[in-house]
Order: sequence, then structure tokens, then C-alpha cells
Amino acid sequence: MEISCAHDPGQDKILSSPASNPYLPVRCRVEDIVVESEDGNLKTFRLSIQDQEARSRWNHVPGQFAMLSLLGAGEVPIGIASSPLEEGLMFTVNRAGVVTTALHRLSPGDELGVRGPLGNGFPVDTEMVGKNVVIIAGGFAFTTLRATLLYLLEYRERYGEIIVIYGARTPGMLLYRKELEEWAGRDDLSLHVTIDREGPGWDGLVGFVPTIAGQVAPSPDNSVALICGPPIMIKFTMPPLEEIGWRDEQVYLSLENRMKCGLGVCGHCNCGPVYVCKDGPVFKRSEVQRLPVEY
Amino acid sequence: MELIVSGSDLDRLIRSLKEKGRVAGPVSRPTFRGRMVAWAEIRSIGEVVFDEAPRESMKRFLFPQPEVLLRFKRKGTGYEVEPGQVSQETVLFGVRPCDARSACLNLLPYQDDPFFLRNMAATVIVGTRCEQPCSTCFCRDVGGGPESIEGMDARITPCGEGSWKIELFTEKGLALFQAMAGGEPAPTPEGGAEKTPPLLKPLKSAPLSSLYESDVWAELARACLNCGICTFLCPTCYCFDIQDERLGSSGRRIRYWDSCMFPLFTQHASGHNPRPTKLHRVRNRFLHKLKYFPDRFGSFSCVGCGRCVRECPVGIDIRKVMKRLAEAVQTEV
Repeated sequence: MEISCAHDPGQDKILSSPASNPYLPVRCRVEDIVVESEDGNLKTFRLSIQDQEARSRWNHVPGQFAMLSLLGAGEVPIGIASSPLEEGLMFTVNRAGVVTTALHRLSPGDELGVRGPLGNGFPVDTEMVGKNVVIIAGGFAFTTLRATLLYLLEYRERYGEIIVIYGARTPGMLLYRKELEEWAGRDDLSLHVTIDREGPGWDGLVGFVPTIAGQVAPSPDNSVALICGPPIMIKFTMPPLEEIGWRDEQVYLSLENRMKCGLGVCGHCNCGPVYVCKDGPVFKRSEVQRLPVEY
Repeated sequence: MELIVSGSDLDRLIRSLKEKGRVAGPVSRPTFRGRMVAWAEIRSIGEVVFDEAPRESMKRFLFPQPEVLLRFKRKGTGYEVEPGQVSQETVLFGVRPCDARSACLNLLPYQDDPFFLRNMAATVIVGTRCEQPCSTCFCRDVGGGPESIEGMDARITPCGEGSWKIELFTEKGLALFQAMAGGEPAPTPEGGAEKTPPLLKPLKSAPLSSLYESDVWAELARACLNCGICTFLCPTCYCFDIQDERLGSSGRRIRYWDSCMFPLFTQHASGHNPRPTKLHRVRNRFLHKLKYFPDRFGSFSCVGCGRCVRECPVGIDIRKVMKRLAEAVQTEV
């Protein structure tokens, strides 16, 4: 064991540098808050990083997450909904526990901390390049996929066909509705937005995500699929895809578990041998199949 | 290098060390039922108990309970944030080989953790030989041994008539006894490193599913109370929780020991729990120690100190778990 500095004189100095205290969040300001869903449970926060140095250092990959930190309340891991190419950061937060409830009480101008980016992200610059990309999302799991989609559209020529299948319970539960309208008008993207049951004022697709995925039947040739949603949706989405030749190696999932450190140390988020926070949250489905079902 | 020192020299050293930081060791303490060996600050070497394992491991010196990650204070509309705690200079006397080894094992997951690294740097571990293994010990089965010096900066051995033999292994150890000696630290003595435990390889090469599906878990989980005592006493259980504490306009963010035996450890805010049953949690604790950790870092996350065996209220015995898993692996082949 090689730790030779018995009486290190520079401890205070080391501790105050954010690089050496990974638990120090960067200071952010809430610039804008949008209530996304009709039930008011989903809010989107647009943040700006206050410190210039931290702002220039920040660099994330679509699919990564960060800890949103409210001093006195705690921290919560949330997927980064903004593309790395956008100004500022964006997070869409479902109100579920102590910290997310406190987050929902924030107003524009308030301060909060962000610790990250954490985790691995989707392979947008590696395995996905040159391939057709199928994005399948259910409910509020669309967040990091929005980040991914914006990134793909920015570097559109690097990818093949882009197909997006997105579903929510009702029209009012769909996230990013303005952007959905914009994307629907593009001809370099095939967008399929669906709701679970027919409702007034909705003339789009109706049906669960697995059903629509079966109808769209994206070709598995030279393609990857990114699927985020409730476990039940993922479970039923796979059979129709497998039927037309999709293999687990082509499918990326994003797992979530309770997390504390986000650094692969505290032990909370392990799913068998892997830490969702550090080894994931993005895994190939073929990897997930080998893990115990502890997510 | 090696030196022989007198008890009074050591006491003088302890007194001077106490001016800069803390000096601790296992000492005998009266209790309601008799006595116990507990970690406490010491004033003289005579207080240190060498022939009996302390009830708790030394982990609280490297994982302070709690450890302050940062402090905050309301200022206007925002907060002023100060960095967390600074490690305390610490010298531990009489650390047993199993406990000293736990520092090395815990360093593996914590290799990038500045808090743990600073605590390690601020702590000098003066170990001892294990002359008196307990009936629940099994250090040899997990890669340690009573003569192991892994994790020790120095080793102290009573040699009778008020004198002590000190062996120095690291710069830190040397610096501690500098006043009493000159020269270089000795190379690691022979016999320090023990053999690879026989069970390590079969468990590492075994597919996870064969261990995960073993029927030993149902049997263990039936008795387990999920009380968590094993995790708190275990020198190599290193999981923690992070919480904020507030008082008035200021507060602190702390991390402190947590236990995978508790349902809340994994429960999502939605109520969903990936490890909903006792069986899931018992299995996770043992597989982490015997499979997940070795697969990642190459060694069992266990030093064989036997504390979990000794203190478990329902008599769950990790040695039996290891044996059963080995059988499961063998029948698989």
C-alpha cells in the first residue's frame, strides 16, 4: 500500500478544490421553470452554471445524469435533458420524494447545486455513428432521449434514419410538446407520438408504445435502439422487435436505482456486480440480461 | 528495520503524539455484564489489550461516523458553502492483522475518494501479531493470516519485562518512531503475504447465475432479522448514506455508515424496491463480499475477523455460506 504522506500540510487546500472534493456541487441559477404535465407533477428546470470556470469545464454526453443538490434537503439523481450543445442545463423532475418536492417549490432566480455529469451516457460518438437510430420512450423517461435526439439532429449527417416512438398516458402527459410539434414538421426524422387511450382533442396515434413499435416495425439492419421507459413497457416492447430480427446487442437501456454518491462507492445502486451510477446508467440489453433483476 | 523500546519511551511518545492528534487502541472496559475490549484514546501503552480482539473494528477511524462532506450557511438568497472536515492526525496501536488488512481492501473501492485517502494519510497503523485467534476467526480462508502485515505501518510486539519490539514497514511508521531510531524502513518481512484463499478462484470463475440461484439464500434469509449488526461491525463493509442536517440558518452534508440489510437502502422514491425481500438483501451482502467485489478487485471483501459470526443474533455464519457456495460451484462443474 503506497500512501506515504503521513503529515500532509496542504489538506485545507486540497479539500477546497472541487476536483478533490467530488461532493461539492457547482452553483446554478434557476432561469426558467416549465410545468410539463397536466397533473403538475413534472417540471422542467432550465439552469445556468454561475461560476465561469465550472461552466467552461462542464461537458456531458447525452444519457448521463447529475445530482441536483438542494442544501438542507439533499440530492437526487436526474437525467440531463439538455443536449451538450445547448446553452445551460435542463432537467425534468418528477415530484416523488423529499428532494424533488423541495425542487418543485423553487422559483426562477433561486439557487441550486448540480454535481456531475455522472455515469456513461449513450454511445453517440462511437457505436451509434453511421447507424439508423430508433428512439423508444414512454412517460417521463423521454428526458435523456431528448438530449440524445437534439445531439443527433445537430450532427444529422453522421447518422442514418432516425425514428422516434414516444408515448404517454394522455396528451397532457407528453413532455416537450412544443418541440414535438417542431420535430413532426421535419423530413429527416420520423416521429410517432402516441397516447394510451383516445381522448378529446387528440387526432394522433392511440395505443401503447409496444403496439406502436410493432406497427412502425423499424428495420434492425445497421440500426440501434435506445429504449427508456417503465420496466413493463420495455418488457412488452422487446417481443415485437425481436420478431422482426432485433437482437439484444443492438438495444440500449437506461437503468435507474436509488443512488447516493453517484461515483460507484456508496453501494446503494448496485444491480448485482455493476453500479448503475458508474458502470451505467446506459447498458446494452444483452448486458442487462446477464444481471440479476435488481433494478 | 527493528528496534526494542521501553514502555516509558513509548509512553513519552504517546504523550507527545496526543498534543498533535489522537492516539487510540483497544482497551479493556467494564460493562454491565463484565468487561469488553473497545477502541478508546490511550495515555500509555500499558492500557492496550493485545490478546483479545476489540468488539468493533477500527473502521470508524477511517470512516468517521459521520464524515462531513460540506458545510453550508444561508447568506442572502443563497448559501455559503465550505468544504468538509479535515482529517485528524491519528495513531492506532495494537491493530490486529485482520483489521489492518481491511484498510487495504477498503482502499480498492475508495481509491479516488479524497476523504478516505486523507484519513488514510493521517492515520498511522501500528499493528500487532495475532497471538490469540478467536473461535470465530478465519483470516487464512480469505487471504490474510495472523502474521500478515498488510496495511500496517509498523508492528509492535510485547517482549516482556516492560520492553517492546517495534518493526517499521513504511515511511509513516518510520516517521512516527524517528526520535527513537534512524535508518531506513525494513523491506516487507518474509511470511507476511499469505496464500491465495482456495475458494477465491472457483467463486470468481463461477457464473453469477449459479451462485445467485443457490438455495442457501432462502435458508439464511429465513433466520435473518435484517438487523444490520454484521454490516456495522464488519471492517470491510463500507457502504454509506448521505444526508443533510440543518440547524437554524446553517447545516452540513454528512455521510455515515449505511447497511444493505435495510429495505430503505434500495427503495426508490416511487416505492419500488429492487431488493424487496430479506432474501434479496442477505444474498446481496454475501455476494458482494464473495463474488462482486472479488470479480472487480481481485480479493474477497472480508478479512475473516469473525465479528459478524460472533455477534449475529441468529447465528448466521459466513464460513458456512462460503462452504455452501463452494459446493454449489462444484456441483455445477
